[in-house]
Amino acid sequence: MATTVGTTRRDFLYIATAAVGAVGTAATVWPLIHQMNPDASVLALASIDVDLTPIAEGQIITVKWRGKPVFISHRTKKEIEEARAVPLAQLPDPQPDQARVKQGKDQWLVLIGVCTHLGCVPLGHQGDYDGWFCPCHGSHYDTSGRIRRGPAPLNLELPQYEFVSDTSIRIG
Amino acid sequence: MSPHGELKLQNKYLQWFERRLPVLGLMHSSFVAYPTPRNLNYWWTFGGILTVMLVIQIVTGVVLVMHYTPTVADAFDSVEHIMRDVNYGWLLRYIHSNGASMFFLAMYIHIFRGLYYGSYKDPREVLWILGVILFLLTMATAFMGYVLPWGQMSFWAATVITNLFSAIPLIGKAVVTWLWGAYAVDQPTLLRFFSLHYLLPFLIFGVVLLHIWALHVVGQNNPDGIDVQTGRDTVPFTPYATVKDSFGMICFFILFAWLIFYIPNYLGHPDNYIPANPLQTPPHIVPEWYFLPYYAILRAIPSKLGGVVAMFGSIAVLVFVPWLDTSKVRSARYRPLYKQFFWILLLVCVGLGYLGSKPPEGAYVIAARILTAYYFLHFLVILPLLGFVEKPKPLPASISESVLKKGKGGAALATSAARSPDRN
Repeated sequence: MATTVGTTRRDFLYIATAAVGAVGTAATVWPLIHQMNPDASVLALASIDVDLTPIAEGQIITVKWRGKPVFISHRTKKEIEEARAVPLAQLPDPQPDQARVKQGKDQWLVLIGVCTHLGCVPLGHQGDYDGWFCPCHGSHYDTSGRIRRGPAPLNLELPQYEFVSDTSIRIG
Repeated sequence: MSPHGELKLQNKYLQWFERRLPVLGLMHSSFVAYPTPRNLNYWWTFGGILTVMLVIQIVTGVVLVMHYTPTVADAFDSVEHIMRDVNYGWLLRYIHSNGASMFFLAMYIHIFRGLYYGSYKDPREVLWILGVILFLLTMATAFMGYVLPWGQMSFWAATVITNLFSAIPLIGKAVVTWLWGAYAVDQPTLLRFFSLHYLLPFLIFGVVLLHIWALHVVGQNNPDGIDVQTGRDTVPFTPYATVKDSFGMICFFILFAWLIFYIPNYLGHPDNYIPANPLQTPPHIVPEWYFLPYYAILRAIPSKLGGVVAMFGSIAVLVFVPWLDTSKVRSARYRPLYKQFFWILLLVCVGLGYLGSKPPEGAYVIAARILTAYYFLHFLVILPLLGFVEKPKPLPASISESVLKKGKGGAALATSAARSPDRN
């Protein structure tokens, strides 16, 4: 047949069939992949309330939120000053201390207690910067939870939280 | 296919069956009459040993599952229940946990044997790559199995290893959440690891069949690295290879039994007898011994993404070895320079393993960086260059000649020296 030269109706049919097949396969595979994402019951455990009154100045407590540790640090004046005295240019992940706490609540630092390197839980009041030290691969964090030295690329993450009263926060 | 005799069935019922499904003939030609090079040494018994180890792991694993509970609340206790209450539970668990170590020991010997004798070279490239795939699948299976007892090391190994994927730019975090099924390693993670730990060994079994198939298509390499030419170069698989493999297995199992019955926890970590605590990381996280070299490479690179890339790259580079090695001569027996670099590489890998067990500080980090650099240098620079600068020793004319000359005290040496150093 002369019509087989160049593009034919058959070529179009092949491509159209393959395209429909590919879309169909993707639509079939997606539920199998998406089922592995956090389910409704995990998402439902989204927020917790924490009473701050029992936390003494200089103390760090750990609470569990979404299966992860959250550090709540009641910082001393010295710790706040240390965090604010550092020039931003010296930080691997520059961020002022003011941006890491709520306005007027400088003494309360709330952090997700997961090292940004490979997910270990850093130890409080340790390391060379009076903040946290990760025992797994040796990352040092300062009194604002910012990375100062070691393999971690980023500062300790801040969870979403708000003050419901002067002495109580809601995380999540 | 088989110069050592066809299968002749006397029983007429078996003949009837064989005409409809020739499985007995396949077994006969693959494992009885199959011609094996007559110069194979004991380093060639580890393929058979690995197959048996896989079967042992599957059998003990299937029965352990009958007593194990994959929930974060009960997993740790159910493993202790296996150890204390289940009949012979201690034995089954110790076989399974030490079996993983023995599996890797045999696998590393098998891999280094392939590197020494050039078993990856033309025409065995696909056979070799299937081996690398088996290695990766085995690593994934071992890692997920280690998480199941839900001790402190289980939990934090799962956390650190899954976090490796967070180094992927842009989508890393979403990938890790997807792997976890939660915002941390938790119940969904344990369940899916359990599901995959049960699945992967059967996948491995399938790839092992492909590996054996590919082996039987191209034929076995041998210590001289030269091709089989005539029937005089081979002996039938049974009884020669069967008996040799069996003896190798028995020796291997003596070591295995010593581990199981005398020092069953020697290769484990005491921290894994503490139930998992998501709020506290143990002071020293160390992987199982068979992952230590990769852990050292991960920590040697002072960048998160770089460390992860180097770690996966150290395994990926094996895929390209058939093309990175430019020498036409297979066996290190006839490659005086390569032989020396092989032993240096082996020492470097052992050294990396040692450094992986040490804290990442001071001189340990510097040493790990030097050894990591050398590891890649070996495969990416030394191996390609050696093929051009090295002058190989003369190859024997045939396998049978090389075997017989040992008996006759070098009488055949003259003929072999006359041959060119080219393959065959």
